[in-house]
Amino acid sequence: MEPTWGALAWQGLAAIVTLGIFSFLAGDNPFYKIIERTWVGVTTGYWLMLLYHTSFHDKVWVNIVVQHKWWYILPTFLGLLMWLRLSRKLAWISRYALAFYIGISTGIYIPLAFKNFVFLQLEGAVRPISFDAAGINFVIALVGLTCSLSYFFFSKPHTGILGGMSKAGILTLMIGFGAGFGLTVMGRVALLVQRVIFLRDYSVNLFGKIF
Amino acid sequence: MKRQIPIALVFVAGLLLVIQFFVPHPASEFFFTFATDWIIVIGILALPIGIFSLLRNTYMKGRSDSKERIYSIATFAGFFLMVVSGLPSGSREAGSLHMKFFQNLLVPAQATLFSMLAFYIASAAYRAFRMRTLLAGVLLITAFVVMLRLIPLPEPLSTWNSELVRWILAVPNMAAKRAIIIGVALGAITYSMKILLGIETAYMGRD
Repeated sequence: MEPTWGALAWQGLAAIVTLGIFSFLAGDNPFYKIIERTWVGVTTGYWLMLLYHTSFHDKVWVNIVVQHKWWYILPTFLGLLMWLRLSRKLAWISRYALAFYIGISTGIYIPLAFKNFVFLQLEGAVRPISFDAAGINFVIALVGLTCSLSYFFFSKPHTGILGGMSKAGILTLMIGFGAGFGLTVMGRVALLVQRVIFLRDYSVNLFGKIF
Repeated sequence: MKRQIPIALVFVAGLLLVIQFFVPHPASEFFFTFATDWIIVIGILALPIGIFSLLRNTYMKGRSDSKERIYSIATFAGFFLMVVSGLPSGSREAGSLHMKFFQNLLVPAQATLFSMLAFYIASAAYRAFRMRTLLAGVLLITAFVVMLRLIPLPEPLSTWNSELVRWILAVPNMAAKRAIIIGVALGAITYSMKILLGIETAYMGRD
């Protein structure tokens, strides 16, 4: 289907943005700077509106004004106290709101982190051993995990058995970093290919429409 | 008053939430939902401070430096474009002006910025991947093998490479990632405990 002039105009905006950012490869320049600063403003505006519709409207406006849950006035009042950070004399009052924010966040995080990032990880790492390829892989992974953790153990000098374990640990970590690096590079290259294909398709559509 | 009460509030709020985790009761769940809403409400109402700070700095920069003025105007234009187009209630629906700006301005800008990192990663890799030590060699070979997976290779090389990459990702990579996750979690938990107990108070700033 042939694209409309309107669709081409919108795609043209995307093409200008893409070319503007790519122009940075030739060095810092005004074209890049304009696009970069516009992007800063657009991102800020986008997130403000997204949070306005999803958080402010749903959690403040609907709860207090529509559903009459008056107890939501308290966190709203605390949120407004945060604005006192703009005053040098009264900035300390905003600490009360910050205290609730930090206290609730850490209170939620501590047990959840223990469960999800420590216990569940250990549960996944320690399982019954079977005498096949999967069992051997499991033992290698468990040894790798133990050695990698010993690399982060600083309460004892890394000599003797601990020294050997930490050396094996850094080897495991390097394989992990290498795999992570390889995947990241391929992800970025995939994005690059996608942008180049977009520019090619856009120019084909544009010239096809004109001529 | 200025420091002790906030420290006590952090401790009480944090402790209540930690206890709540171990109490499977509807009242406890209601408390958890309410507490989560609290941080969302406080967070969303704190957002204008950050935006005000950004806009003020942009304005001051544009006012003091004539070369910067056009870039400051660009930031303001982008911001107001999204705010004005995003205010109507239907602005989040596909095809709205707000979503068109999102699709054709924000998304391509972000994708291009990330894609450009491919060039910088390549130059950084050139410096980092010179095989000076055994460990650097291990990193280089692993990255090379993983990257080869996405390139069409003749058989049976392609199958061998796929099997090897699958093993690397599922066994040593998994062990390394688990160690990092556990290490980071233990560090973050320790830091959170310090905040809860009032040992760490940097978040309050100075008097």
